[in-house]
Amino acid sequence: MEKLVGWVDERFPLTKMWKEHLSEYYAPKNFNFWYYFGSLALLVLVIQIVTGIFLTMNYKPDGATAFASVEYIMRDVEYGWLIRYMHSTGASMFFVVIYLHMFRGLLYGSYKSPRELVWIFGMLIYALLMAEAFMGYLLPWGQMSYWGAQVIISLFGAIPYIGDSLTLWIRGDFVVSDATLNRFFSLHVIALPIVLLGLVVAHIIALHEVGSNNPDGVEIKKNKDPKTKIPLDGIPFHPYYTVKDIFGVVGFLIVFSAILFFAPEMNGYFIEPPNFVPADPLKTPEHIAPVWYFTPFYAILRAVPDKLLGVVAMGGAIVVLFLLPWLDRSPVKSIRYRGPIFKAALTLFVISFVILGYLGMQPATETATLVARVCSGIYFGFFLLMPIYTKIDSYKPVPERVTS
Amino acid sequence: MKKILLALTLLLPSMAFAAGGGVALQKAHNDIDDKASLQTGAKLFVNYCMGCHSAHFSRYQRVADDLGLTVEQTKENLMPYGGKIGDTMTISMDNDDAKQWFGTLPPDLSVIARARGTDWLYSYLLGFYLDPSRPLGVNNTVFKDVGMPHVLWELQGWQKAVHTEHGIELELVDKDQMTEDEYKAKTAEYRRNVRDLVNFLEYVGEPAQLQRKELGKWVLLFLFLLFGLTYLLKKEFWRDIH
Repeated sequence: MEKLVGWVDERFPLTKMWKEHLSEYYAPKNFNFWYYFGSLALLVLVIQIVTGIFLTMNYKPDGATAFASVEYIMRDVEYGWLIRYMHSTGASMFFVVIYLHMFRGLLYGSYKSPRELVWIFGMLIYALLMAEAFMGYLLPWGQMSYWGAQVIISLFGAIPYIGDSLTLWIRGDFVVSDATLNRFFSLHVIALPIVLLGLVVAHIIALHEVGSNNPDGVEIKKNKDPKTKIPLDGIPFHPYYTVKDIFGVVGFLIVFSAILFFAPEMNGYFIEPPNFVPADPLKTPEHIAPVWYFTPFYAILRAVPDKLLGVVAMGGAIVVLFLLPWLDRSPVKSIRYRGPIFKAALTLFVISFVILGYLGMQPATETATLVARVCSGIYFGFFLLMPIYTKIDSYKPVPERVTS
Repeated sequence: MKKILLALTLLLPSMAFAAGGGVALQKAHNDIDDKASLQTGAKLFVNYCMGCHSAHFSRYQRVADDLGLTVEQTKENLMPYGGKIGDTMTISMDNDDAKQWFGTLPPDLSVIARARGTDWLYSYLLGFYLDPSRPLGVNNTVFKDVGMPHVLWELQGWQKAVHTEHGIELELVDKDQMTEDEYKAKTAEYRRNVRDLVNFLEYVGEPAQLQRKELGKWVLLFLFLLFGLTYLLKKEFWRDIH
């Protein structure tokens, strides 16, 4: 065995990579609950890719047969229902995990120097994941698939001058049709996953270059053992965090399986009831709402009276996240040592984000729109006022070493 | 802040209404594990619904297996017009005819329970009443101006709308010719039939549901054991970290 590894090492940096990324990658020893979600995101990505491969074997990207092929998978393919539900539950759980992973970044300032690129790569993954989810959602070819795509694509029509030709170019037809379904399928199963995988690799390489942040926001590389050069507060990722993450994975799988086996529709949040009616270009559903993970942004879109400005606001809500590393002027990273203003701002932000998510699912009434406007204001205020309030906010001294 | 709170309290009632969608639905309380109910439901479906509605994603073979019927029983009870046991549950009504007769195409019912929900179907099938203004003489409380005739009238009898202080309520037209006990028995029997039919529709919407829950128990049991095991493993490895 050793001989074989030696033979490989002369030709490929196997042992070197193993050491760099696992056995001699030193992670802070004080990771808490919030640090499970990175490895869980990777797990869900693998679940989505593997189940996706098997779904593709029986799915037909064709306007006339797509809906029926999904039902064929659910009924006639051996364990097809299991694979399909893993994929549909995985899609929603991907966003649950990613949102919690991003929130961890907000809590502990993980986007701050020197981890700006880790954050940027992560944000690119998030943006791409939304495109991936949006295109995947068209594939079952139900009413919600169809009209959801129709609404979202038509948003591009708000762009002046090129809007109409752009929407035509995206759809490949004057309405969402077989042509749209085919290209979305192609992008969903080939183009976006390839880019996604590349970005995940970049995200991890960037992380391992600068080292992980931790709940104290202390740079563990500043305190190294003078002899071994190993951070005093660092422990090798393998075996310590591999065994810890395996425990996290099993915990996650319990939640995942509970949904998958006992409530795969999640009461209409993961699989929407109108999507069990085949797509009908002549019948617009009474109420069109995107899947839950898009609803905060959908609510922002609807909160703005002007269509073009609404689209700009929705896009801006994503773009502003990219700028986070440069908006935050606080000298400390972790919420543990931040002052009351940031804590209040973050709390308000989370509350308004959840309310926006709820409102995005509901029909727009006058009061709902009013609340959505207030929450959108808080959403943008959190980011755009950040350079000011993080500067004037007080902070506590950060310890030299991590606390346990 | 006060304004937000005020807006939120104003929002609450509208949320409750949005969920109901107008008419309050009656609970179906059907039980997908009740084989006898599913068998009755299957028979009702074939006899009363399949004149016009197909369930073309569903196969007789699968229904037979899941409901515990033999091939002979299935052919005798569920396949009056013959066919192979591996066939899907299609019908022979012509689409153009259907459009002419009902004004719209009767939808395929394979996944209707997943689109509408069992409570909706249950209330819908209980909601037909006489309305001379409609072409087929009936209207429905849940689905206003529906194009479907009251196919189950033989089982239920005809209902009429009675305007009470609670709004519109339905009762059988020949209520006066029955004793109270007879009336209760007759309506209860119809409700049982509709419940069985809805039960079958829920099953046919997702036949895998039966296996799903069964397999799920074992998967969760395994994961809980593994959860304990991996916790101990983690603890053992982390003993020397302070």
